[in-house]
Amino acid sequence: MTEFTLWDILHNLLLAARWTIVLSLIAFAGGIIVGLPLTIMRVSKVRALRTAVLLYIELFQGTPLLMQLFLAFFGLGLFGIEVSPWSAASVALTLFASAYLAEIWRGCVEAIPRSQWEAATSLGLSYLETMRHIILPQALRIAIPPTVGFSVQIVKGTAQASIIGFAELTKVGTILNNATLKPFMVFTLVAVIYFALCYPLTIGAKRLEKNFNVTRRT
Amino acid sequence: MDYQLHFQAVWPYAGQLAYGTWLTIKLTAISVAGGLAVGTIGAACRTGSHRWLSAAVGVYVEAIRNTPLLVQLFFIFFGLPSAGIKITATEAAVLAMIINLGAYATEIIRAGIEAVHRSQIEAAQSLGLSRLQTFRHVIIVPALTKIWPALSSQCVFIMLGSSLVSQISAQELTFTANFIASRNFRSFEVYVVATLIYLVLSVGLRQILRLIDRYAFARR
Repeated sequence: MTEFTLWDILHNLLLAARWTIVLSLIAFAGGIIVGLPLTIMRVSKVRALRTAVLLYIELFQGTPLLMQLFLAFFGLGLFGIEVSPWSAASVALTLFASAYLAEIWRGCVEAIPRSQWEAATSLGLSYLETMRHIILPQALRIAIPPTVGFSVQIVKGTAQASIIGFAELTKVGTILNNATLKPFMVFTLVAVIYFALCYPLTIGAKRLEKNFNVTRRT
Repeated sequence: MDYQLHFQAVWPYAGQLAYGTWLTIKLTAISVAGGLAVGTIGAACRTGSHRWLSAAVGVYVEAIRNTPLLVQLFFIFFGLPSAGIKITATEAAVLAMIINLGAYATEIIRAGIEAVHRSQIEAAQSLGLSRLQTFRHVIIVPALTKIWPALSSQCVFIMLGSSLVSQISAQELTFTANFIASRNFRSFEVYVVATLIYLVLSVGLRQILRLIDRYAFARR
């Protein structure tokens, strides 16, 4: 039997952490791209659009991410799409992130005072122009701290992709655990790497929030 | 799309799904009760005057909040037996969920406690209330009233997170769904049904927590 040194374990885990980072970035970027139009629909004047997005958000916030991953993994194939853990995890995490981001951003858009809308309307700006030039730039500033905070949820969410066979940090952790039978050491290292990825984001979100509160007060 | 959906294939397993749902509800109820208890004690320590205790709780909160629940589950389920502590999958699942929810609840309740104005506490002391009485009547109940929405969504999160304990072979709804999928090979249909059950559970849990809010914390 091959002996694994601490360095072997750490080395393999760090290699696997790359895929955790890549998947997180895909999900975060995808979540922003899908979440933005959802947000605009969520605050639109058309009732049907608002309700549709509300249902979408309820669906993704009211069901486990694991189920979303399973449905993507077993469901994409039904549409004739070749499914790899990569595509399934990317799709599921993107949709998951978009639902949460749309809900976070809705709050930010609604935090912009009504008078801003009225001023824009009285200047003759259309709905989209108001959105583009008046509301979104202001909402964006409020949105940054909670968005950074949510990215922690995405990084942690990628751990669940291991269950559909995506070889990221958690998956490699379980494989190494099976090979070395040193669960304390392996999972402590896995946890430490996740912590190293998430904690800066947590701190960043907290600091941004504090800065924002200071600038708003003055 | 050539594939034909066959939801009838799930029907013979309705009884098992109902049992799995019941197990998920039980698991969630125990974890929520335990997690809120840990959270209350944790928040009391965090805001207390004991510096080392406060720092230790702070480390616990940050460690749990910045690592995935799945890794915490594996750590407990595989780690404890290797340290000589025998533990069943369900016990490990409950333990992990309580520890996880406890950390989030600590942070949420702490925020609530810190929102209680100092003058309130001073007033309670000048009225001759003991420290425990002050904590119970002046601090924790008003704090809970304020942070109930955040706490509620955290409880829903842990219910959704309970699906992960299937990975350490603890039985609940997802475990049942996996089992059925391995029997009838209708994975997609089974998981659609399980997802809908989870949706009903989370909507129901949110309603229950809202009712508790209305009756227990009736605005006086």
